Amino acid sequence: MTRFIVRRLLAMVVVMFVISVLTFLLFEAIPNGNPAFRLAGRTATAAEIQVIEIKYGFNKPLYIQYLRTMKNIFTGQAYSYTQGFNVLDEVKAGLPATISLAVGAGIIWLLTAILFGTLAAVRAGRSTDRVLTVVSMLGVSMPPFFLGAVLIYFLGYKANIFPIGGYVKFTSDPIQWFVHMLLPWFTLSVLFIGIYARVLRATILDTVNEDYVRTAHAKGLSDRQVLFRHTLRNSLIPIISLWGLDFAAIIGGGAILTESIYNLHGVGQLAADSIGRLDIIPILVIVMLAAFAVVVLAAVIDIVYAYLDPRIRLSI
Amino acid sequence: MATTSGTGTEFSGDLSAGFNAEGEDLAPGTGPWALAWRRLRRNKVALFFGGVFVVIVVLCLLAPVYAHDVAHTTASAEDITGTVKVGGKNVDIVSLTGIPIGPTWHSRYFLGADSNGRDTAVRLLYGGRNSLQIGVMATLITMVLALILGVVAGYFRGLADGFITRGLDVIWAFPALLLGITLGTVIAVGGIGPLKGSSLIVPAVIIGFVYIPYVAKPLRGQVLQLREREFIDAARQQGLTHTRIMFSEILPNVASTIIVFIPLILANAILLEAGLSYLGVGVEPPNPSWGNMISDGLTTIPEAFHNVLVPGIMLVLAVMSVNIFGDGLRDALDPRAKVRITR
Repeated sequence: MTRFIVRRLLAMVVVMFVISVLTFLLFEAIPNGNPAFRLAGRTATAAEIQVIEIKYGFNKPLYIQYLRTMKNIFTGQAYSYTQGFNVLDEVKAGLPATISLAVGAGIIWLLTAILFGTLAAVRAGRSTDRVLTVVSMLGVSMPPFFLGAVLIYFLGYKANIFPIGGYVKFTSDPIQWFVHMLLPWFTLSVLFIGIYARVLRATILDTVNEDYVRTAHAKGLSDRQVLFRHTLRNSLIPIISLWGLDFAAIIGGGAILTESIYNLHGVGQLAADSIGRLDIIPILVIVMLAAFAVVVLAAVIDIVYAYLDPRIRLSI
Repeated sequence: MATTSGTGTEFSGDLSAGFNAEGEDLAPGTGPWALAWRRLRRNKVALFFGGVFVVIVVLCLLAPVYAHDVAHTTASAEDITGTVKVGGKNVDIVSLTGIPIGPTWHSRYFLGADSNGRDTAVRLLYGGRNSLQIGVMATLITMVLALILGVVAGYFRGLADGFITRGLDVIWAFPALLLGITLGTVIAVGGIGPLKGSSLIVPAVIIGFVYIPYVAKPLRGQVLQLREREFIDAARQQGLTHTRIMFSEILPNVASTIIVFIPLILANAILLEAGLSYLGVGVEPPNPSWGNMISDGLTTIPEAFHNVLVPGIMLVLAVMSVNIFGDGLRDALDPRAKVRITR
């Protein structure tokens, strides 16, 4: 087991390193060579460009620039080139809203998807299944920014039931926090409920044919007992690991569309706002952190699997 | 396996016979493709939505005809001060307070105007043409590259597999939309090679790239299993070259998976394009796309909600029809396949 954990963590570190190099190269190498030109503006003189080159170290070899950029990011010294703010501070400021969104939506979509997926599988081929299939398909086809706009228009502007956006700190007013988060939670959940319900339905329909399920029936358990104790318990494993990865991606700013339509000022919206300013540093920091979060969670999930199922330990 | 129900097993090797038993008399030699076609034909819902998508495609392709012969305008012609006749009297296209006119249900401004006085219906069709074009190009890019990478990695294993799989893992670790906007922003600044940031090919390449691991990883897994099968051994014993084996032995056996993936990737590509354009890194204005039309429309909410609703409904309808048709296609080709776009 220790051997497995060490190897898995090593692989994780390698992937993280490649991710950091890639994001760095995206910034340094692709956009028309010298970033100093972009910082200096259109009318800059050669002397001004040189000053900027020296100040930011663009004249150094690439690997030194890479080390320097990474050092800046991890010591909290990465600054936006166009806005001047400290990127890590801004990310930290956005985290409460993003975590609120991820936790609430995560609970809603997981529970609803388990309900929908199980129902659809139990009633496979019948009308309940058909209706749930269409609902799931509608969900996966619904862009959050459009669903959000529709909800804001009808429930915010027209019916005046919900606020039209914004984030209220939980610590300053828990009730307003809840009211402000309800629509974002729903909007983000809709997308995932569709996917998860479909995956769960397929997994359950597969598990039903397993020997241990037949054995459970044979020893006289009721359908309900077999479903909850054997079928569902095993079918939930892929869903839960999927959930971990998606949750990590959202914490890393993956819910850009939901965050920006509801104006939550989370991590994702920081990335979205930076697009308009062509401000690359915050985007790179966020995209790198999001990928790190996904990679770390993927490793944790693998290790937990290996702990639960010894067969996996031998396969890597 | 002597019964007629076993005829579909060539598809993935582990198809249980029960899925093909459709309670009817099939000719013993009915091939897998004929069986799949039969199943698809019976799935009326999937066929209906397939038809809906075809209608949307045709409408969008007719955009220039509609613009020229019905609406008598273009996608970018602005008219902020003009008026349009509705019910016998002239109405401002964009009111003095900047609120565009809603649907007139006449040939001009059939679905209303946007805040620049442009015809929403015309832009809807042109925008759809752009969105679909990007979706199709991106799907092609994803499928071709994922097929090459997946088959090579699965067939040769070893070092090639190690490199490809690690590379795919790295791309896969980035949330799709975040990777899309990063590439979009970087390329919007610099362009790639001869391509300018405003070209439709740029978002297509970005989107095509983002989805490669979602197709290549499952394909690799399938090829890994296939290469251990007896018929591949037989082909090797006959002295066939690797290329020949990959093309004539492996490829036909992953064909159904590839076909199932196409509508899935297309639906997701259209959605991602809409998201990128909404955020301003996809189709560059004034060139319309459903995504940037929605983001434009948000500036006149709540007064002129039609500018959000019209492109939004079109977008959801198009994506949903592809998704439902794709779902039916999967059930028909490979009822037990777990082919879907998830992390």
